[in-house]
Amino acid sequence: MAHAATTHAHGHGHGHGHDDSTKTTFGFWIYLMSDCLIFATLFATFGVLANATAGGPGAKDLFELPYVLGETLLLLASSVTFGMAMLGLYAQRRAQVIVWLVVTFLFGAGFIAMEVNEFAKLVADGAGPGTSAYLSAYFTLVGTHGLHVTAGLLWIAIMMHQTFKFGLTGTIRRRLACLSLFWHFLDLVWICVFTFVYLRGLL
Amino acid sequence: MNQSHATHQTGHDASHGSFKGYMIGTVASLVLTLASFGVVMGHVVPPGIGLAAIVVLCVAQLVVQLVYFLHIGAAREQRANTGIFVCTAFLIAVIVGLSLWVMHNANVNMMPTQMSIDRAIAHD
Repeated sequence: MAHAATTHAHGHGHGHGHDDSTKTTFGFWIYLMSDCLIFATLFATFGVLANATAGGPGAKDLFELPYVLGETLLLLASSVTFGMAMLGLYAQRRAQVIVWLVVTFLFGAGFIAMEVNEFAKLVADGAGPGTSAYLSAYFTLVGTHGLHVTAGLLWIAIMMHQTFKFGLTGTIRRRLACLSLFWHFLDLVWICVFTFVYLRGLL
Repeated sequence: MNQSHATHQTGHDASHGSFKGYMIGTVASLVLTLASFGVVMGHVVPPGIGLAAIVVLCVAQLVVQLVYFLHIGAAREQRANTGIFVCTAFLIAVIVGLSLWVMHNANVNMMPTQMSIDRAIAHD
């Protein structure tokens, strides 16, 4: 009887946990939508200042599309591998979750490394954020996205540790669900970045 | 109990995604990404419709990833997220679209710096 009660309580607890986690992920979704508005204002600013190069270099002088395609594919790959981690989560396979989180982290870190390298080259070539309004808007928009990805990497590293230490508990599942939304959302923002910043600039 | 279990299950299917779903999303995203870069790098379309082409490809990929990665949809458990997203999309359209419009008009109607106030008033 006691055993049955425990099992029931556990099952019930999971049900309640699911309810709460639905609320939490919904709240996190609202945060993501407000983050969307931050990016919307940055995109609007960039759109207004896209031609304000003040005699400095423009997109055609600065960017190489094969390099940007490389960044794009790294971020897309990391989005897919995070999906694989989530499939591991639904299947209750802790090892699968951790392995795919590691792969996601590596792809994401590769993306950030390429972006930092790109920024460093621009600044070294005299195309830093102080050169023109266009470059100020560029660094603010792309840099804000990069900071989000960096925060995501930190969060992934923390979740690898927590998943390893605590297993796939209700709390861990909820946190991974939110992180999943965050990570996929950053890939969506990047789609707009490569379309409106890089491709449109080199059209 | 049975019924609540069933709802639970469909909820899982709708809001969680499956291996097949992720694979469809991956292949579609890859194709759309390569198409976008191909349009600009390969100079395959006339310059007039290049912008329209990459915007259409961008929106298509956003929709693909929203459906297959972020699991936006019309199912009951997804409806709240979808509703908020649609509101946000409207706000984004207002912020970005109207900013560009207002600033474009400001640029077009701004008095050229070489023109004096008297000549501007005289519509010279």
